[in-house]
Amino acid sequence: MTGTSLKFTSRQIPAVLLALLLVVSLLAPVLPLQDPLLMDTAARFAAPSGAHLFGQDEFGRDILVRLIFAIRNSLIVAFAAAILAGVIGTALGVMAGYSRGLTEMLAMRFIDIVLCFPPLLLAMLAVTLYGPGPVTLIPVLAIVFVPSFTRVAHASVLSVRSQDYVEAVRSMGASNARVMFSTILPNIAGPLIVQFSFTVAVTVVLESGLSFLGLGVLPPAPSLGLMIGTGRATLAQAPMLLVWPCAALTAMILILNAFCDDLRDRLDPKSSKIRGQ
Amino acid sequence: MFWFLRRGIASLVMLWVIVTLVFMSIHFVPGDPVELLLSQDGGSADPATVQMIREDLGLNRPIVEQYVEKLKGLASFDLGRSMVDDSSVSAEIARRLPRTLELIGLAALISLVIGIPAGIYAALHTGRTFDRVASYLAGFAQGIPVFVLGTLLILVFSQMLKLTSAGGFVAFSQAPGKHMGLLLMPSLSIGIGLAAIVFRITRASTLEVLPLDYVRTARAKGLGDRRIVLHHILRNALIPVITIFALQIGSLLGGTVLVEYVFNWPGLSGMLVSGVNARDYPTVTGVILVISALFIGLNFLVDVLYGLTDPRVRK
Repeated sequence: MTGTSLKFTSRQIPAVLLALLLVVSLLAPVLPLQDPLLMDTAARFAAPSGAHLFGQDEFGRDILVRLIFAIRNSLIVAFAAAILAGVIGTALGVMAGYSRGLTEMLAMRFIDIVLCFPPLLLAMLAVTLYGPGPVTLIPVLAIVFVPSFTRVAHASVLSVRSQDYVEAVRSMGASNARVMFSTILPNIAGPLIVQFSFTVAVTVVLESGLSFLGLGVLPPAPSLGLMIGTGRATLAQAPMLLVWPCAALTAMILILNAFCDDLRDRLDPKSSKIRGQ
Repeated sequence: MFWFLRRGIASLVMLWVIVTLVFMSIHFVPGDPVELLLSQDGGSADPATVQMIREDLGLNRPIVEQYVEKLKGLASFDLGRSMVDDSSVSAEIARRLPRTLELIGLAALISLVIGIPAGIYAALHTGRTFDRVASYLAGFAQGIPVFVLGTLLILVFSQMLKLTSAGGFVAFSQAPGKHMGLLLMPSLSIGIGLAAIVFRITRASTLEVLPLDYVRTARAKGLGDRRIVLHHILRNALIPVITIFALQIGSLLGGTVLVEYVFNWPGLSGMLVSGVNARDYPTVTGVILVISALFIGLNFLVDVLYGLTDPRVRK
């Protein structure tokens, strides 16, 4: 029994890689790494060496260290935005699905309006109004993803709200808030967790796009999108300056996507039935 | 007919909501929007300039009056004037919009031309080499962001192989061949990711249709494979493809913004990005309104297409 559950399968690869990314990102500040902002103008575009495994960039900063911190920033922004969107979106969706009537109408129309905008444009409109920077970036990304959480939560609540166990708690005199958040919420957690993982993956893409345009993470902070954007200028003399962040970003997104697919198959029995597994 | 009319009205309502929201967005900013727009370089803004811009944007008038004025302007396609060089926002958009549209058009075409035949072929030969390789490639293509793909295409095809220039624009009327050549790489950057999605959906929906009775009937009638695929499978397998395509329109437009920027394609995005950087409010809202209108228009088009391929949804 324990033997089989401990066996390592190929399905676990994305989860293991993601865990590795998260651990390295979390520990980055305490690991014995160079300062990602430390410049060494004498060693501009230096080739890889023992001290700098991936070489140095246009200011002589260590590329590997900057990549690690860029991944860290990207994950911090993505998780923060996804948590913010998840909390607001879920609360809205649960209240809408549970109370029906006017609350439901207002909440669902509100998210329909947000969904009218292509995500990147909504983010750009917000950046125009509030200015770029870390303080605006997270709320801006969160707004974009509130609607998907609301939809998922709303649909799930509708399917469980009239079940016997909800009725039982309500008939025992529990308050609405208690029914909504301690009875219903745990029972609709599955699809919401899947949605959360998708949101993190999509936010990583959106944030890198914004940063690439110079509207997300601001220099000198390391960000993969920003590194790709600035790497374009030195394409001819230092192509690796462009290749590394492109590879890191793509790898990170592929890992997140694979993890999301796997999570969905596990937590959402309907979708795995469709796939015939 | 009634169904199409109802969808049309719903689209117009959505457009009105967007106009209203974009109009109100400047009033959502805490504090004085103009001062905020001007004070980006640190120091506080000159009161005279603030007053001037307030008058230019009409922000000193009652809000209802501003709103009516805005709607009137939109009815005559007037999106205001740029805060940077006082040029007409509508005229600039009219000049750039066709370039964005041809980019979207070619990208969509590429994705369908690659995705649908590959999807059907893979579904008819599940588990074979083509199916396995294509599925892996699709997973990869779906993960790679459009601007990364575009940047890498430039690195390989113009920097290393010296096959094309790294981007730019030539008017179609001046040099049609060069124009299409420059259009190809940006369209591919968007089209490949989209093709991966079209491939996956076509494959999945073909697999769903294959074991159905009417396909077996067609086969029993002695119809050739070609006819079965084209007339019996394709039509039914395409419906989910259209649905997914509609869902992707938003990211298609977002992708266009990034890709135009990567390839220096002078469509709407260059205008939008420089507008956001300069915090040129009329330019940004103008471009966003036009792209959102495009978003709604394309969605409406997909709805109509959907209604035509599957008469059941019209009920």
